[in-house]
Amino acid sequence: MSLYEQLGGDAAVNAAVDIFYRKVLQDDRISRFFVGVDMDKQAAKQKAFLTMAFGGPNSYTGLDMRRGHAHLVAQGLNDSHFDAVVEDLAATLKELGVSDALIGQVAAVAETTRNDILGK
Amino acid sequence: MAMIELGGKVYECAPPHSVLEALTAQGEAIPSGCRAGVCQSCLMRCLKGTPPAKSQEGLKTSLVQQGYFLACRCYPESDLTVALGDGPGLRQSAIVVRREMLNRDILALYLRPEAPFAYRPGQFLRLHKEANLSRCYSLASVPEFEDTLELHVRRIPDGRVSGWVHDTLAVGETVEIGDSTGHCFYVPERQDHPVLLLGTGSGLAPLYGIVRDALAQGHHGPVWLYHGSYALEGLYRQAALQELARRYPNFHYVPCVDQTGAAAEALGARTGTVLGALVADHGGFSKARVFLCGNPDMVKDARLKIFLGGASMADIFADPFLPSGS
Ligand SMILES: Cc1cc2nc3c(=O)[nH]c(=O)nc-3n(C[C@H](O)[C@H](O)[C@H](O)COP(=O)(O)OP(=O)(O)OC[C@H]3O[C@@H](n4cnc5c(N)ncnc54)[C@H](O)[C@@H]3O)c2cc1C
Ligand code: HEM
Repeated sequence: MSLYEQLGGDAAVNAAVDIFYRKVLQDDRISRFFVGVDMDKQAAKQKAFLTMAFGGPNSYTGLDMRRGHAHLVAQGLNDSHFDAVVEDLAATLKELGVSDALIGQVAAVAETTRNDILGK
Repeated sequence: MAMIELGGKVYECAPPHSVLEALTAQGEAIPSGCRAGVCQSCLMRCLKGTPPAKSQEGLKTSLVQQGYFLACRCYPESDLTVALGDGPGLRQSAIVVRREMLNRDILALYLRPEAPFAYRPGQFLRLHKEANLSRCYSLASVPEFEDTLELHVRRIPDGRVSGWVHDTLAVGETVEIGDSTGHCFYVPERQDHPVLLLGTGSGLAPLYGIVRDALAQGHHGPVWLYHGSYALEGLYRQAALQELARRYPNFHYVPCVDQTGAAAEALGARTGTVLGALVADHGGFSKARVFLCGNPDMVKDARLKIFLGGASMADIFADPFLPSGS
């Protein structure tokens, strides 16, 4: 079974999206990157983000991620912000009762995007 | 990069620009409004190629099937041949049957469509003044109760469309209206959960439709309507809403004004903002279904506060009354 299936697929993404987004908006280390982004649209983007991090089906390429976050890198996005997002993600999954082993796998998937996200 | 063909001319469209941005930057006049996928001013039709799914989110199935898409949400990955979307069939005529001032600057406009017009209370339609000038107005009427369409139009200083509605448009005249759109409406599910409605100014229009619809459809959980205005004389439809509150014990009407005084208290009006009153009345918002209409800043602040207070993003429906970008 794939990681995405083990986590519970689309239903897991739906369960996680509100919790995760609430954490991000209240996380002083990174909330500034999200203010001003229309919340309506942001919800769809959060789903895309979670689906990707859960190893689920998505059509984003590394180049898309590079382009999609370039304006944030210009605003100072760096490794510490990336770590904060991964931390919030892990805390979300923990709250949903996901095992540490699976959380580790999600963090590993997120890790593969680090260089593209940070434009390195 | 994708090539976009419009009226025989071919334009480049490359990230991060939308089709709307690319075409207007290269000299095409494309009608647009909110530029955020809400108002549907920039509706275009794809004649060849496939528009990205995101550019069709929120459109009626019938429109999607005909290849309509929103230029402001369209970041194409492949070439497209497109046309301006405002074709016949999307518009119809309606006759102005009544006008009524609701307060100093909000006018109720009653329209009788010439052909059947399907909508859910709380959706909005596009009112056309002339070929390239139109604005969105929300529906305050309920099709099961009223056979005319009711709009609440606030006068905006130097407003091209609202000024025309207030000063020129007369009973008996015919106007062009577009299809009903938007997802601010009630669906009969989870009927024991709270429903919260917040509006400022003419933002009451959609809420007036939604609240009557929800109660008529048998919603029995608590329903709270907060209507805010700068002063007492900015409130309207109080009597009708108070009457509704008498008929439905689960319905609570809370007028809010920025002014204090005996008159406000006599009316039961609260002092301060709608969001302030809401937060004072409720400990949290999990399980609530929420409707936010009117002032864009109010909508933005309320959305954040209510979401952080526990409401699910999927249960927050909002129509910020964004001004048009011309
Ligand atoms: C989904 C949606 C639903 C809407 N529903 C309603 C409704 O039910 N009732 C209603 O009255 N309006 C509603 N609006 C707003 C409406 O569509 C117009 O934007 C509004 O009537 C102004 O148009 P206008 O042509 O009169 O002014 P314009 O000619 O577009 O503007 C004239 C000047 O006023 C400024 N301006 C525009 N709007 C405002 C404002 N709100 N406050 C201060 N300055 C402003 C403009 O920037 C411009 O400088 C809705 C908007 C949207 C997007
Ligand atoms: C952990 C790895 C990350 C992945 C896999 C990821 C993935 C994504 C995806 C899929 C989108 C949606 C793109 C779209 O459809 O438009 C997105 C948008 C976004 N991401 Fe990330 N992201 C990551 C890290 C971050 C970090 C560290 C930040 C900032 C702290 C961030 C901030 C944003 C913002 C603000 C948007 C919205 C951009 C906009 O619309 O302006 N992301 N991300």
